[in-house]
Amino acid sequence: MKIFAIALNTFREAVRDKVLYSLLFFALGLIAVSVALNQLTIGQQAKIVTDLGLASISIFGTLIAIFVGIGLVSKEIERRTILTIVSKPVSRGSFLLGKYLGLIVTLAVEVGIMGACFLGMVAAYADGVAGPAAVAIGLIFLELCVITAVALLFSSFSTPFLSGLFTVAVWVIGHLTPDLREFGERAGGAARAITEALYLVLPNLGHFNVKAQVVHHLPIEPALVAQVTAYGLVYVALVLGLATLIFDRRDFT
Amino acid sequence: MSSALSIEHLVKDFRHPMTLRPLRVVDDLSLEIRAGETFGFLGPNGAGKTTTIKLVNGLLRPTAGRIAIFGREARDVAVRARVGYLPEQPWFYDYLRADEFLDFYARLFGIARAERRARVKRLLERVGLAERARDPLRRFSKGMTQRLGVAQALINDPELVILDEPMSGLDPIGRRDVRDIILALKREGRTVFFSSHLIPDVEMICDRVGFLVGGRLRDQADLHERLAARETESEVRVAGISAPVYRQAAALAARTVASGKEFLFEVPADGSVEKLIDLVRADGGRIISITPRRESLEALFLREVRGGKPEEKESP
Repeated sequence: MKIFAIALNTFREAVRDKVLYSLLFFALGLIAVSVALNQLTIGQQAKIVTDLGLASISIFGTLIAIFVGIGLVSKEIERRTILTIVSKPVSRGSFLLGKYLGLIVTLAVEVGIMGACFLGMVAAYADGVAGPAAVAIGLIFLELCVITAVALLFSSFSTPFLSGLFTVAVWVIGHLTPDLREFGERAGGAARAITEALYLVLPNLGHFNVKAQVVHHLPIEPALVAQVTAYGLVYVALVLGLATLIFDRRDFT
Repeated sequence: MSSALSIEHLVKDFRHPMTLRPLRVVDDLSLEIRAGETFGFLGPNGAGKTTTIKLVNGLLRPTAGRIAIFGREARDVAVRARVGYLPEQPWFYDYLRADEFLDFYARLFGIARAERRARVKRLLERVGLAERARDPLRRFSKGMTQRLGVAQALINDPELVILDEPMSGLDPIGRRDVRDIILALKREGRTVFFSSHLIPDVEMICDRVGFLVGGRLRDQADLHERLAARETESEVRVAGISAPVYRQAAALAARTVASGKEFLFEVPADGSVEKLIDLVRADGGRIISITPRRESLEALFLREVRGGKPEEKESP
């Protein structure tokens, strides 16, 4: 109940700070794309709708996950609201988990609305990919859960600016980890050890991206989806656990 | 009486972020507050009052020493449910309304819905914000925020209330309101621990005071005993007395000041006051005022801050 109270408060803050207004941009973009689509031939339309739609859901979600995520804890510390929360019978872990869930709910609403609009367009332009597209959106949401956890981890011990920088770095590298590993293997020596460590520690965000399969009508294996889901959830749990360990030792001056 | 808060040899060092040189902010502080007591924590700015209060509330980790609240560890979640805390210069979620804000804090204690509603209503009335229940906090003045902060500290019906500079930044009416709330808490039998550098407020409210200077607790004093012990003389102002009675009265006084038809006698506190009053009344004179002169808390405070050097009164 305490965790939910904090989550609800976090969600309320996001809504009242008008985070969901970003949906308007998504809607406007969608309208612009559909106008442009009428200039194209049928086969191209389907491809472009799925490609652009999934990419924008992912980008909008990531922007919110990072920019709201890095402020989740640091804003509470900066404004000293944390003093009255952590001094109540609320463990530091519950506080972090509540903040995390609050943003996840916000993201779920945002992704849910974007996804519904997108699936509507898919139904109109790209027949037969609605199912796989929904799976792709689910995986994008999972990726957002991982990114939010990483943003929260950084914001539990550093400034919003550095947290933002670190999280963007993790996001970029997270999409390149297989390449990174390959690069290290070719370079050898110390570079190899470093890239191998990064490969193991950083999330492999490429797993969550099934856009190509959806666009090219390739099958998405249920077993793979289950594996990736488990991977995402375990990664989130580990990152939040680490954040709690750090946060628990922190002084609030 | 049982102990509400017990601090033993508390030390807190902060490290400079660049040089990592430790800076001692609280130095071997020991303090015992009994249940039901109102304790004033005095000290100049930068003395370590807020740091001590944050340590007590589990917001900082002590470098050394022990803090026990009702005999349990300060950071124990079960103990936190019995404590109310108002930070210094609080700032709250400005996107919430006053009633939503208090409801949120009530939820943190796991209070059930119906009870939450009743408490929020009662507390908003208690701090004089009932009319503003549905206003967003961003429209609240500093004084209103402070009062809401007091309400937040009382949401769990705490046995120990810790207030960090509850009266700073408030206008005289706001100060009086907060003082009245503290006095009411005292009547209800709660333990109140509050810091201040506003001496008149402390003098009126507290049972005991502690002086914190440079991170060290200089003196813990039973306030009334200390002040009463130093009650040396009384000033009696009278009017409408005859010359012979004036001479008799002047014989009792250490010092006499005449101003028109009024006279002021400084009389030692040894029964002379009563004799003087009888004289004046027998003569048909009028007693204008009797003021016991005692060493003020302010003088006590300044002496502690200056490290025992007696010095003339000066505004802090």
